[in-house]
Amino acid sequence: MRKALAGLTIAFSSAATLLLFAAVLLFVGVIVFRGWPGLAPGLIFGDTRPLDALLLRRQVFDGLFPAMAGTLALVALTMTLAVPAGLATGIYLAEYARGRGKALLSLLFDILAGLPSIVVGLAGLALTIVLHRLFPGRIGPCLLISALALAFLVLPYLVRSVQLALESVPRTLRLTAPALGADKLTTIRAVLLPACLPEIAGGIILAVGRAIEDTAVIMLTGAVASAGVPRSLLAQYEALPFYIYYISGQYADPEELQRGFAAALLLLAMCVVMLVAAQWLARRGSLRRQP
Amino acid sequence: MSRLSPAERALQLTTVCCGLLVAAMLALMLVLAWPLLHSGQLLSLIGGDWQPAAGRYGIAPMLVASLLLAMVAVLLAVPLSLGTAFAAVALAPPLLRSPLMLGVRLMSGIPTVIYGFAAVFALVPLMRQWIGSGSGFTLLTAALVLAVLIAPTMIVFFVGGLRAVPQSYSLAADALGCRPVDKLLYLLLPQAAPAIAAGIVMGLGRALGDTMIGLMLAGNSAIMPESMLSTGRTLTSHIALVIAADFSSMEFKSIFACGIVLYLLTAALVAILRRALPATARP
Repeated sequence: MRKALAGLTIAFSSAATLLLFAAVLLFVGVIVFRGWPGLAPGLIFGDTRPLDALLLRRQVFDGLFPAMAGTLALVALTMTLAVPAGLATGIYLAEYARGRGKALLSLLFDILAGLPSIVVGLAGLALTIVLHRLFPGRIGPCLLISALALAFLVLPYLVRSVQLALESVPRTLRLTAPALGADKLTTIRAVLLPACLPEIAGGIILAVGRAIEDTAVIMLTGAVASAGVPRSLLAQYEALPFYIYYISGQYADPEELQRGFAAALLLLAMCVVMLVAAQWLARRGSLRRQP
Repeated sequence: MSRLSPAERALQLTTVCCGLLVAAMLALMLVLAWPLLHSGQLLSLIGGDWQPAAGRYGIAPMLVASLLLAMVAVLLAVPLSLGTAFAAVALAPPLLRSPLMLGVRLMSGIPTVIYGFAAVFALVPLMRQWIGSGSGFTLLTAALVLAVLIAPTMIVFFVGGLRAVPQSYSLAADALGCRPVDKLLYLLLPQAAPAIAAGIVMGLGRALGDTMIGLMLAGNSAIMPESMLSTGRTLTSHIALVIAADFSSMEFKSIFACGIVLYLLTAALVAILRRALPATARP
């Protein structure tokens, strides 16, 4: 009986592992095989000369350039907003907050971490509506609102990585600076944060990966199918994940579909690179911690 | 507590503001959904059907589709994840275990929209053939992909729980001559039960909260789903689809009702999770 159970468990475990990896490889394989032929020189800039496109002298109509520029601008703006807030919050939660206040705040950030991204997008849309009433005709769904909402979405990742890293600094290191007469803030700035740098960098990269791939937030707050290169913070914009979603339902010809697959392959590659980098940094951080 | 310097005050202020924003989100959605909520229509909103032409804005079909889709996805994902976690912790040859976990981590980094895109062109035609009628965009199609999507999250929780069993227990089991599979079944698995429950709750949360898979694969018709083979529209898809409507219409206000339902479901799952696992045991 026990022997049979053991055998069954091994069979079940192997089958489950194989099935899961086969399913993921199938999906990834479809993207790679159908996206690969699309990775041609014209993919990004279309018929426009790359230099003209990069200098914004000409618009690119048949390439991924506007979507990539949109995603780049969006992620840069998002991280500009999110990193300072995430650092401040992580430091405060790890080093200052105590007791009930800390419990309540970490409950709120746990809820935020679990919220569906579309709900965060909806909150961004609600903010747009409020702003629209305050400044009629001036503010609609745009790059800035998307970046604000996305920053809020990735905030818990940053907070958690900073907080965990700070809380796991060994006591021996933590006591060195106060022993030399440094105050708390100096200790954090000069000793604790440098010691946590790899983990914090890993958290930031993880957050970038999350911001690059998110589709639900941006489709509610300003991403559109065709807008050209983003020209202002208050303008609508194109983005890679939204382009992929849009193509899946609205492609007009095989050429567009091919570009959709190539865009998917690009996005996949970016996210995998981010993830590997984040893993590597996190591991370096924890290796250094070993006595 | 000692007095805080201005820089420390700034840290505190940022933290409290970010925290308050989380609560403010719910308040803002309540305000915007108020015209639908206040006239005592709460029951017909939650329980009614979606007939905007007839002035009925119930979100029951979406609620049912969301719950059905998430539960089936979790039911499919639990055995997959449990099996993979067993392999990664105890059953796979030791040399394969860490590449296995690396593979799982990589899976968790694949964008949702990529899964959706690949499935539209690879899985949907298969489903169309297999069902024999319809478009192939069904709740089952979405559930199959969603199961693969949430599996890595669950595996990370399961593996964390299985590995957290104290070394001394593990050594005692080894000393008694247990094979890895015995150790797994009679020591690690019972010890890790809370972590496994937490992983399942976590997977359920991710499945309920996902937008793109349901939106791209489930067909999106706003009717009460009859089975997994019919099309359906999830709460999250509903938000994404009604967005184009006029800002002042009642249809538009109903998406804030969906948002509130999703917010409260998430908060409930987070509460359960915090009960089940102390903060230190969460991966």
